[in-house]
Amino acid sequence: MTIEIKTSTLKPIRNTYAHIERRFGDKPATRYQEATYDVHSTHNFHYKPLWDQDREINDPSRTAVVMRDWYDLKDPRQFYYGPYVQNRSKMQENAENNFKFFEKRGLGESLDSSLREKIIELVIPMRHAEVAANLNNMYGTAHGTGTAVTQALIYEAMDRFGNAQYFSKIGLALDGNTGDSLATAKEHWMSNPAWQGVRAYCEKTLTIKDWFEAFIAQDIVLDTLINDLYYRQFDEWLTQNNGRDLLLLMEFMQDRAKDSQRWSDSVLKVVVSESEHNANQVLAWISTWRIRAQEALEPLASALLGDKALADAFAVLEKRLTKVGLNC
Amino acid sequence: MSPKKLNLKDKYKLLTRDLDWEFSYEDRKEAFPYEEFEGIKITDWDKWEDPFRLTMESYWKYQAEKEKKLYAIYDAFAQNNGQTNVTDARYVNALKLFLTGVSPGEHAAHLGFAFTGRQMGGIGARVAAQMQSIDELRHIQTQIHAMSHYNKFFDGFDEFNHMHDRLWYLSVPKSFFEDARTAGPFEFMIAIGFSFEYVLTNLLFVPFMSGAAYNGDMATVTFGFSAQSDEARHMTLGLEIIKFLLEQHEDNLPIVQKWLDKWLWRGYRLLTLVAMMMDYMLPQKVMSWQEAWELYFEDAGGALFKDLERYGIKMPDYTDTIKQEKEHLSHQAWWIFYQYTHAAAFHTWTPSAEEMDWLSEKYPDTFDKYYRPRWELAAEMEAKGERFYTTGLPQLCQTCQIPMAFTEMSDPTQVVYRESIYNDERFHFCSDPCKSIFDNEPEKYVNAWLPVHQILQGNCGGGGLDKVIEYYHLEDGVANLDFEGSPDAERWKDWKGVA
Ligand SMILES: [Fe+2]
Ligand SMILES: [Fe+2]
Ligand SMILES: [Zn+2]
Repeated sequence: MTIEIKTSTLKPIRNTYAHIERRFGDKPATRYQEATYDVHSTHNFHYKPLWDQDREINDPSRTAVVMRDWYDLKDPRQFYYGPYVQNRSKMQENAENNFKFFEKRGLGESLDSSLREKIIELVIPMRHAEVAANLNNMYGTAHGTGTAVTQALIYEAMDRFGNAQYFSKIGLALDGNTGDSLATAKEHWMSNPAWQGVRAYCEKTLTIKDWFEAFIAQDIVLDTLINDLYYRQFDEWLTQNNGRDLLLLMEFMQDRAKDSQRWSDSVLKVVVSESEHNANQVLAWISTWRIRAQEALEPLASALLGDKALADAFAVLEKRLTKVGLNC
Repeated sequence: MSPKKLNLKDKYKLLTRDLDWEFSYEDRKEAFPYEEFEGIKITDWDKWEDPFRLTMESYWKYQAEKEKKLYAIYDAFAQNNGQTNVTDARYVNALKLFLTGVSPGEHAAHLGFAFTGRQMGGIGARVAAQMQSIDELRHIQTQIHAMSHYNKFFDGFDEFNHMHDRLWYLSVPKSFFEDARTAGPFEFMIAIGFSFEYVLTNLLFVPFMSGAAYNGDMATVTFGFSAQSDEARHMTLGLEIIKFLLEQHEDNLPIVQKWLDKWLWRGYRLLTLVAMMMDYMLPQKVMSWQEAWELYFEDAGGALFKDLERYGIKMPDYTDTIKQEKEHLSHQAWWIFYQYTHAAAFHTWTPSAEEMDWLSEKYPDTFDKYYRPRWELAAEMEAKGERFYTTGLPQLCQTCQIPMAFTEMSDPTQVVYRESIYNDERFHFCSDPCKSIFDNEPEKYVNAWLPVHQILQGNCGGGGLDKVIEYYHLEDGVANLDFEGSPDAERWKDWKGVA
């Protein structure tokens, strides 16, 4: 038996907004569709940006990549603001419990001191690298075209800032909330040879002018390699080297990276399938940035995992690119 | 020695400020290239005081909680046909003005704060701007969703974004936000972060949200409450940015003062739409525009400027003009729309006898003298079947883009005309401040996309008014013209069982 409550029904005169109807037909729309499509202003701009006088304020020519319809870059996760914050809120709740558990059990104290040092030297400095990721994604939000991709970029940017804070919190969990580990980690970031390549790479990405190139350099090239090194290979290494407890603290970053890759894969795929022009442009960027990444990551990867690690990570990058139809 | 634990403030510092670093491999100016061209001098970003301390994890947590509650109300509103509970269907026209005129501004603000959240050199300021950026994205999206149900039952919502880029009066808010976004990062922060979000927000946001509360609009008022804590954060950021710039270097004072003079006027002109909404469009009135201006600008703003005096900031000298205009603004604005109702995406009407009495009471010095006779005549003509329209195209102010209809305060029957010559071309203004804004940056304002010029040049569908209306996607006889006799009015009668 079901009970049925009667509500008065009034017949709607239309199902959705006109621009949504033009795209998807006269039927009820999803909230993702109404929140996303055609939200960017496209016509009749008033003034030239004082900081970019040759372009309009919203201008697709801020990247060399060309799309007939920028809204093809939809997010497979269908994140608009609400689902985004709700999804991350759940993940952070889990992370919060992990951190609490770690601290309550005093797992930081029971950590082998050489392992602790390794974390401070080779993991915690990621908190700085994540700031570059934050900025590169924010750059795309500010200069990109179409809310489909620009909203996903700000979610990524905020995520990465969250990562920077989680990496910092790992440090605080290891140093008894004194911040000493963060000071040490920062010294490593600033002068340890293992980090200088990555730091130079990050600084370089922040000078990129083309927002889609920034996306390639950051979210595709660097992130694929970092994700594999830290969230797969180092994860395994910790499991084998009495560092399993630390995995608790990395879980957020690991899950988030997977989630984000689903989106960035789809963006990449749509852009390179659009035209040969795009595919060639993206390939050109990738070939430049992978050389830089190779150089940047070599010392870090071998310090963290040994000599073979980076080659393995590059194999993963290769696979990812092949999957979207890019053969380098 | 036992380790010293961090206090909250230091901890927050480690979780934000300390994440940045000094560059060694690239010139920092290449990464933050727009910090200097406006002439602002920053000597030490470390002096930035975080306006609020929110980590990403608490941001996700609080905002998720708010979103959950908000959408529960939206769902209930739709399920129970909440639109039938508003005071009167005329009210919904305020929402049309909101969705077409204000909501796209939320998106513009989102992009603007993304720009400053990327481009400012200090990480503390950047993070605060980034959080505001994503909040503003929240606002446009939750507003689209709040209006989504109204759109299914009323006309005038469905083409909101197409119209925002094209419709004549929507170039007022559009050009306002584009003016801010095309400026440098610090001017944007003063324009939107301080002038708009701090000084004027109570005059924009509150009237619409209180209007919703007074008129039984559950969806919009719930949005208002839900966004309130976002706005509180935005206000603290606005205040911090102006104080920070003024404390950084004395050379910043004249620049900031010039921006304030410009943006408070730009914002005030934009609020013309709100003034008319409050006095004419709300069936159940909240307060008059004049009362709102006195409460939120003259009293609250006065105290604020007192506080800023110690930095050398002065109240803009045109505030006396505004003081006089407050008794005229809404009446002149609604008259513009009444005359051009055929080209507007909401319905108009003449105020009822009771409404006119309310207006007489609220505007004892001006309404009966200047405006009541006009409305009575308009109503009379309407009754005779001779509804009055203006078919010619108005001249627009080159700066604020409002039709030139505002009058001299010394003589409220005389329309203000100001002009400037730039590169042998003549430009027209509605007021002295609009003229001086132009005169300060003529090379910027000559590029304004003025709807009337564009119509005359054939860029809006070409041909006559019918073509223009088509270009606007304004369905003639449906979304435009008077409320009486509109499909909206017919449906409303139907729901209410009135013949
Ligand atoms: Fe907002
Ligand atoms: Fe705001
Ligand atoms: Zn003007």
